[in-house]
Amino acid sequence: MLKYLADESQPPIDLLFGALADPTRRALIDRLIDGPASVSELAAPLLISLPAVMQQLQVLQSSGLVLSQKVGRVRTCSINPVALSTAEQWIAERRKSWEERLDRLGDYLAEHPEQHKQESGND
Amino acid sequence: MTEPTIKHATFEIERVYEGVPVARVWTAWTIADEKRRWWGSGNLSADNHDLDFRIGGLEHVTDYAPDGTKYTLEAHYCDIVEGERFVYTYEMSRNDARMSVSVATVVLVPEGDGTRLTLTEQGVFLDGLDTPADREHGTRAVVESLAKALAQVEA
Repeated sequence: MLKYLADESQPPIDLLFGALADPTRRALIDRLIDGPASVSELAAPLLISLPAVMQQLQVLQSSGLVLSQKVGRVRTCSINPVALSTAEQWIAERRKSWEERLDRLGDYLAEHPEQHKQESGND
Repeated sequence: MTEPTIKHATFEIERVYEGVPVARVWTAWTIADEKRRWWGSGNLSADNHDLDFRIGGLEHVTDYAPDGTKYTLEAHYCDIVEGERFVYTYEMSRNDARMSVSVATVVLVPEGDGTRLTLTEQGVFLDGLDTPADREHGTRAVVESLAKALAQVEA
């Protein structure tokens, strides 16, 4: 299901979707967007065990979204700044705008079961 | 600063509009005065939206974001099967810099008393507009949009 092109330094969008298909991992990413943090700092606000947090971080690392570095006994995690290219951001934004647009169409159709009549005028 | 890159991506989005017959959904996409009423989002002010829905016909949309960023869509309708599907190519630009070239396919199928709509976009997404601020903003946008998309999948 997941495709990974070995020659690419950036993870494909499918892999990002997989990595983010979990609320805990999304919470970790959201925290890391604000800046690097140690594993225990990441675990503190979450209601799960340290090993469980480390397991989720492992998934994020293998997706390429998160980097980690161990200095002494402290492992510090950060967002991989090259993980998401502008193009990938743009793809995600495009998808998001389509989602919103198709929802607007649904609202419009629910409110206007008949085709709009010209004479109702402009505002 | 950042080297220009290209990404190819395909995604598919489905919606079921319950109680809305295919013919009604079709008019919302194909009649300019209808399409203008739902196409643009509330935070973009539509400058113009021209639609000539026929094979070989063009569509042109210009929107401005609150910060003044200009978005332009130029579409060309390639294939139309009345009441069933249409295929168009389109380019999107931001402040006149091309961001993507795509093929979009919209298929409408009756489902119960409603309509199942499937939108497939196959695109070439162009890079090279990058700034660190864009990147941080974009990273957050990606997380938010993925979270939203996934929440819908899970629901």
